[in-house]
Formats: sequence, structure tokens, C-alpha cells
Amino acid sequence: MSRILACAVLAAATLAGPASAQSLTGAGATFPNPIYSKWFDAYNKKTGVQINYQSIGSGGGIKQYTENTVDFGASDGPMTQDQMTAVQGDVLHLPTVMGAVVLTYNLAAVGTTQLKFDGPTIANIFLGKITKWNDRAIAATNPGVKLPAQDIIVVHRSDGSGTSYIFTDYLSKVSPEWKEKVGFATAVNWPVGLGGKGNEGVTQQVKQSDGGLGYVELIYAKANKMGYAQVKNAAGAWVDASLESVSAAAASAKFPANTDFRVSITNAPGATSYPISSFTWLLVRPNMKDPVKAKALKNFLEWMITDEAQQMGAALDYAPLPKPVVALEAAKIKTLKANGKPIT
Amino acid sequence: MTDVATPAPATPVARLQGAATGDRIFRIVLSLAALSIPVLLGFLVWELYKGSRLAIAKFGFQFLATSTWDPVKDQFGALPLIFGTLLSSVIALVIAVPLSLGVAIFLTEFAPAAIRRPISFVVELLAAIPSVVYGLWGIFFLVPILTKTVFPFLRSTLGFLPFFQGTIYGPSMLSAGVILAIMVMPYIMSVSREVIATVPGSQREAALALGATRWEAAWTAVVPYAKSGIVGAIILGLGRALGETMAVTMLIGNRHEIATSLFAPGYTMAAAIANEFSEASTDMHFSALAYVALVLFSVTVLTNAGARLLIWRVSKGRPGGGAGL
Repeated sequence: MSRILACAVLAAATLAGPASAQSLTGAGATFPNPIYSKWFDAYNKKTGVQINYQSIGSGGGIKQYTENTVDFGASDGPMTQDQMTAVQGDVLHLPTVMGAVVLTYNLAAVGTTQLKFDGPTIANIFLGKITKWNDRAIAATNPGVKLPAQDIIVVHRSDGSGTSYIFTDYLSKVSPEWKEKVGFATAVNWPVGLGGKGNEGVTQQVKQSDGGLGYVELIYAKANKMGYAQVKNAAGAWVDASLESVSAAAASAKFPANTDFRVSITNAPGATSYPISSFTWLLVRPNMKDPVKAKALKNFLEWMITDEAQQMGAALDYAPLPKPVVALEAAKIKTLKANGKPIT
Repeated sequence: MTDVATPAPATPVARLQGAATGDRIFRIVLSLAALSIPVLLGFLVWELYKGSRLAIAKFGFQFLATSTWDPVKDQFGALPLIFGTLLSSVIALVIAVPLSLGVAIFLTEFAPAAIRRPISFVVELLAAIPSVVYGLWGIFFLVPILTKTVFPFLRSTLGFLPFFQGTIYGPSMLSAGVILAIMVMPYIMSVSREVIATVPGSQREAALALGATRWEAAWTAVVPYAKSGIVGAIILGLGRALGETMAVTMLIGNRHEIATSLFAPGYTMAAAIANEFSEASTDMHFSALAYVALVLFSVTVLTNAGARLLIWRVSKGRPGGGAGL
């Protein structure tokens, strides 16, 4: 079946443009697809290089990359150790932009009041241990708000998704019980709740149920003018999700020397960091076979981390990479090779 | 034809031989076309089997009897999916069969000619609507109505039955069943209508001559005559309901759980494959989904085989009526 998928992607790729050396194909994450489309379009106008991107999902992107059917992959979650072994470690993770996941809710009794949640409370709600809105844990972080004795209708994603990955990765960090019982992945065994298909499925379900609580991507919540909760970060401060607080999370994350960028920035330290944030990555071969393609890809990557490209992301509500990360990444891009030789 | 151009007229035998060559080529082409279908089916099954080997080796037939679905710990069981697929289809048929049969009988036996065409046209138009549109309509229109009026009514009147108890969320097995019913109705309706229309007029006339009312004539003379065709129509609807994906996943709540209450969320095989396939992160997860596809395929084949058997039994010794298939 994966082969069928691969054929379909290849066919689509060949149909999409002449197979000139100045064209690259990639596949993967759906979350950054809007900004990638924008980048590839802008870059095509600028340089004539055509980049065809199939947003088939992070899992699909990793598969395509592993099967060597694309020039680059894209993923919202870093490759696991098993997946790294499958490609013999022959992959570079390069962060492109950042996103955040927010908690959105619908509770008629509190109206438009912004609620506050801390990590363990969120985990306990999604574990099914907190079932009422007026639970003591929720009341404790929301003094002055009259919470009703209503059931919490938990909504999660039913489709495998990078959003779920980021959210469950965060829950695993703030709740040992979540880590042990559920763990983190693009799809998990949810202890409670309804499954909505896609961000729009979750949104609709939350909107229609009084007492609904779900998680969606920040850009989606913003585009749909949905209210979302403040979350307590690792430094103990209450933070709203915004481009600044997401960039702050990335800036405060610690990168080891010679980092491979497979760094999770959920629950990042720093007083202004939004805790449910994440990078999204391109998966690139450190040593490509085709020198022409390697050069084209390298040029694109260098352009991608310029201010010009990063600001395009901000316009679409993707947080730009902080300067230290850009500097690290620029150094990493310089190490790319074609046939074992540096790309000139 | 080359033999026309030759000076000496071809003998009849030669002409026949020429035709025989043409026939032979034609036959080979047709045979290849016919053979390609079973070959394609074989490839499909083989590919599904190959994809699911990992899961088959690990879980075996236990896969069909367990309920855990945990992609993180690589534990998979498809029982809630199988249950959900069958139950949602059954609900759909329970609602759709009487409705569509009623419409079909009305259109052929009772409706004035002026409204026959418009009504059947509109019903058949329902079949042309893409399923994602049904799903959206379901989310925005059907589910709120069901949640606010129909479900509370069912709970207060039939609440003594375990099927109509518990919290009402909206997306549920019953919502999915209702949308499926609407989706399969046009199939059952239009095929039944065609079949009933082929029942000879003499059947009706005989019943009416014996003093039957028009209703009695339709029910005792026309419907039994068309029985096997109607069963075929229902099977067609069932097939559609079993495999329907998009609208179901938008309305069923997508929960890997078996609940007695029809208000509780559930899941179907097709919906799970569509939801999880693109992001299946581990080989085992991928393989488990392929296994689910294989099971879905088997369930469809089994129901179809059962249906054929049923038609064969009801139509034994009966003339015609199988036109619907």
C-alpha cells in the first residue's frame, strides 16, 4: 500500500512539472502546508526553481523520505529512534517555523471569560480523572470565576496528527501518569473523549457542546476567532499563546553543541514561553546524490531562514525562528554535501 | 477489408475464415478485459495481506476479538471497529428500508404521473451528492437537530431500553446511522422502483379483480413478485453503508469502544483507516490498519455472498424480479 502511495505521489510529482533539474519534490506534514506553499511559490517566482510539495501528513512524509521517493520530507514530530535506524541516521532535521497548540472551550456559564489551566489539570482532564467543570483543580487556578457543575466533554483529534503529537508530548512532560499510561505520538489511546476529524472537526464539536474542551492549532483558533485558555508554563507564569510566546519558547530551549535539532520545546523554561509549542521540520539528506538538486535545495534552505522568508510565516501566524536557532541552522546547512563533496 | 480490394472475389469460406480471425481477436480482447477484474481483485487481496502480515503474525485472530487500540504501545484490536461498522449499517437499513420501499411503492403504484418523475429524480439526485457534503451537512444541521430534539425525545420515551440511555454528545452511533440511512435511501429506492415497475400489469389486475384494494394489490401481488429484486436493492444499500467513510467519521465520534447506548460515540473500520492511515507512525500501526482493511474486505465479501444466497433462495421458482441486480 505504501508503494501505491509512493507511485501516486511520484505520478503527481511528474505531472506537476517537467522533470528538470531545477525541480524538487517533497512530502509530509500538513500543519505547515500553508507557509510551505507560500514559500515554494515565492521562491519559484524569485529563482525559477520549482518545488512540489505533497501535504500527506508527517507519517507519510517520513515514510516517503525513508523509501527515497522524495528529495526531502517534512514532519511535525522528530523521527523516532527506530525511524532513524531505518534510514541509518542519514537525515538532517531542519526547523522551518514554529506552531503552538491551544486549549479551546465552550462553556456558556462563563461566557467569554478567559480560563486558566495548569499542566497537571489538563492532563487529568484528558485522563478522565477530572470530569466536572467545577472540579477543585480548575477552580483553584480560576479564582473569581463561577464554574458550573457540568460535565467536561473532552474532544481530541481522531486522525493521526502533528497537533496531537505536540499536545501529548506536552502532557507527558507535565504528568508522569500520562507518560506511563498513554505516552506521546501522532495518535494515542485516548482514555476519554470524542474524536473529531481534523482541526475543523474538533472545533465544531467543541462549539456544539456546552461544556466542550478540545485542542487545536493556534493558527486555526485565530483564523476562526475562537477563545483559548492561558496555560501555566514551566516558570510558573500564565501565558497566552502568541507568536512572541512561541518564539520565546524556542529561544529558551537548550540546544546541545552540534545539535541535530530534534529538540522538543514543549514545557520550555523562560517566564514568557508558551508551553505547548513546537518546531516543524524538513527532513533533508546530509549527502545527496544529485549535485544539481543538492545545490537547489541548499539555496532554498538558505533563503528559508532569511528574514524575508521568516516574516512571510509571521503573516500566516507561524512563529518565526529565533536568531540563535537561525545561526545554528545556517551553520548546519553549510555542512550539506553532494556525492561527498561540499556544495559550491 | 483487404479481401474487397483483391480482384478475384473471395470465396464464402475465405470470408468466413476472415470473420473467424476477427472473432478470435475480439474474443481474446474481451477475455482479457474480463480476466483483468479477478486479477485486479487478486492483487488487491495480496497487497492487503502483504501489508497486514506483521499484524497477523503478532495478533492472529485475537485481533478480531480484542478492543485495545494503542498506537503508542503497538497494541491493536479491531472488535469495536467491526461492531461499529455492522451496527451503523444495521441502523441505516432499519431506517432506510421501510422509507425507500414506501417511496418506491408510492411512485409506481399510487403517485399521479405528474409527480412521479420529479420525485424519483430528486431522490436519485441524493445519490450524486459527495459524501463529504453529507458529512458537513450532518455536522452543521443534522447533529444539532438530533441532539436538541430527537435524542432527548428518544431518551424520555424509550429510555427504559439500554440503547437510549446515557449522556447525549451529538456525534454518536445513532447520528452516523441516520446519515447513512439518508445516503443509502436513493440506491434502495431507485432499484426497488425499477424492479416494481417491471412487475407485469396482469399481477395487479388479477388481484384487483379478486376484490383487493389497491394497497392489498401492491402488498400481496406486486411486492412478493419483486421480492428478490428488492432484496438485491437492500444489499446494494448495505454495501454502500458498510464502506461509507467520510460522512461517518464526521458524525460517529471516533471512539474505539463498544457501548450499549446508541447515543455513545463509536467507530467504523473505514473511518479508522481513513483517519489514521496517513499518520501511522510505526510499522505495526500501519500493518494493523491494513489488517483492518482486510477484515473490512472480508466482511463485505461475506455479506455479499450471504445476500446472493438469500436472493437465490427467495427467487427459487420465481420468474424474473432479479432485474435489480
